[in-house]
Amino acid sequence: MCGIVGIYLKTKKFEKNLGKMLSGMLYNMESRGPDSAGFAIYKNSEKKEYKYSLCINNLDFTKFKINISKKIKNLKLNQYSDHVIVKTTETSKKFIKLINQEFPDVSIVGYGHSIEIFKQVGNPKDVVKKFNLESFSGTHGIGHTRMATESAITTDGSHPYSTGEDECLVHNGSLSNHNNLRRELKKKGNTFSSENDTEVAAGYVSNSLSNNNSLKDTLVSGLKDLDGFYTFIAGTRKGFAVVRDEIACKPAVIAETKNYVAIASEFQAMAHLPDVNNAKIFEPEPGIVYSWGN
Amino acid sequence: MKLDLKKLKLRKVNEQLQSLDRKVNDRDFIIINPEGNHAVCAGLTEELNINIKGHVGYYCAGMNQKANITIEGNVGTGVAENMMSGKVHVKGNASQSAGATAHGGLLIIDGDASSRCGISMKGVDIVVKGSVGHMSGFMSQAGNLVVCGDAGEALGDSLYETNIYIKGKVKSLGADCVEKKMDKKHIKKLNLLLQKASIKNQKAGSFKRYGSAKKLYNFKIDNISNY
Repeated sequence: MCGIVGIYLKTKKFEKNLGKMLSGMLYNMESRGPDSAGFAIYKNSEKKEYKYSLCINNLDFTKFKINISKKIKNLKLNQYSDHVIVKTTETSKKFIKLINQEFPDVSIVGYGHSIEIFKQVGNPKDVVKKFNLESFSGTHGIGHTRMATESAITTDGSHPYSTGEDECLVHNGSLSNHNNLRRELKKKGNTFSSENDTEVAAGYVSNSLSNNNSLKDTLVSGLKDLDGFYTFIAGTRKGFAVVRDEIACKPAVIAETKNYVAIASEFQAMAHLPDVNNAKIFEPEPGIVYSWGN
Repeated sequence: MKLDLKKLKLRKVNEQLQSLDRKVNDRDFIIINPEGNHAVCAGLTEELNINIKGHVGYYCAGMNQKANITIEGNVGTGVAENMMSGKVHVKGNASQSAGATAHGGLLIIDGDASSRCGISMKGVDIVVKGSVGHMSGFMSQAGNLVVCGDAGEALGDSLYETNIYIKGKVKSLGADCVEKKMDKKHIKKLNLLLQKASIKNQKAGSFKRYGSAKKLYNFKIDNISNY
């Protein structure tokens, strides 16, 4: 069991409150996943600049800052506990290579022009507090609370998974053909940093998007290619999409108002959202892809 | 009496309703701010009238006996699961496995119910004014499932003695489920259920009845007294 949540703002009204809204959703999904938690927040930002979400683990932030500043000029670093958001115009290829070579203890959680990702082991309430999610603003966000099943409770095993620029994916369920699919995707050039099934699904989505397929078409073809039980929320710079497998054992409920679309594993995750009792509330039907903003 | 789930703990509220003194005459309760909590009004055994104002989570009114519970909102998985008697009325939509394994009583859903509605039902009457999702009536053993809208894939798969009445379209029938003739007794029963659910705009004669072809199981009706 895991808890997944997402919120997409249709208007600007709640942009400043996005972090607060998402925090409440993660708090309420603690019962579905007390082992680890994570979230991705999308913000409009200048297109030239990249944001790299890094987990520096046990490294000292000041030392890391000094060392990385020697390698790359004109960086901005923001520290949130053991995560650091690095803002630079440096391209992803060069930056990722540099991190992998020079800072082997640092893991890249995600990158893009608008995404910022944070994830860590621990109770969702503590994780949310640690990264000060309540203070975040943005246009849409996705979160996850994990009850670990097929791989260990580690930061790498936590969601969301980001395997492409401004992309991320959270998952409630389990995949049964992820080993085969991982091998196939590796042949196509994808890289994976964990043994987790969800990372394979994220890689599958990235691979398809890089071939110029839309997010909706990608998830539709995923219904054939991904075998297992799942509800996915996949995020891109523009919005997000949700899909449940055709058996639909894994729950999901959507609440839509004129200002936002919220999705969660259970209604209680969104009971605190503004005007939710007047929202259009429905369950996404099995095997149907629902998409907003894309 | 008004019970506010924002102020009172769910367990306290359920305990109060479960252990009501039989001599008490005040048997009408309103529950406010349910906020998607699970197991609201589970395990009630007395004749009570309860009105829940808002959306609830999983297993609302589970194991209900005698109580009359109305939910003015949507319900999560397994509303009225294993209900023995009484009445549960959902004014919104229901998630999956509504009325699962329920032995008796009446479950009314004004909106739609998603997959596996009435799964393994054992005698309950379920009336859905909207549509039901896939695998509804799966392995259902006794009782009646009435759907005024459509039914999803694999309706009534591996069912036993339940009667399923569908007004709209059936996407597909499950294993061993077949359309059956509507006899007078079925029309009579269906009319009674529609009446109980205050449905006036539907004619019993316009429904189709589905039941077991009895090719899949070895249960013999002649042995029913042994069970």
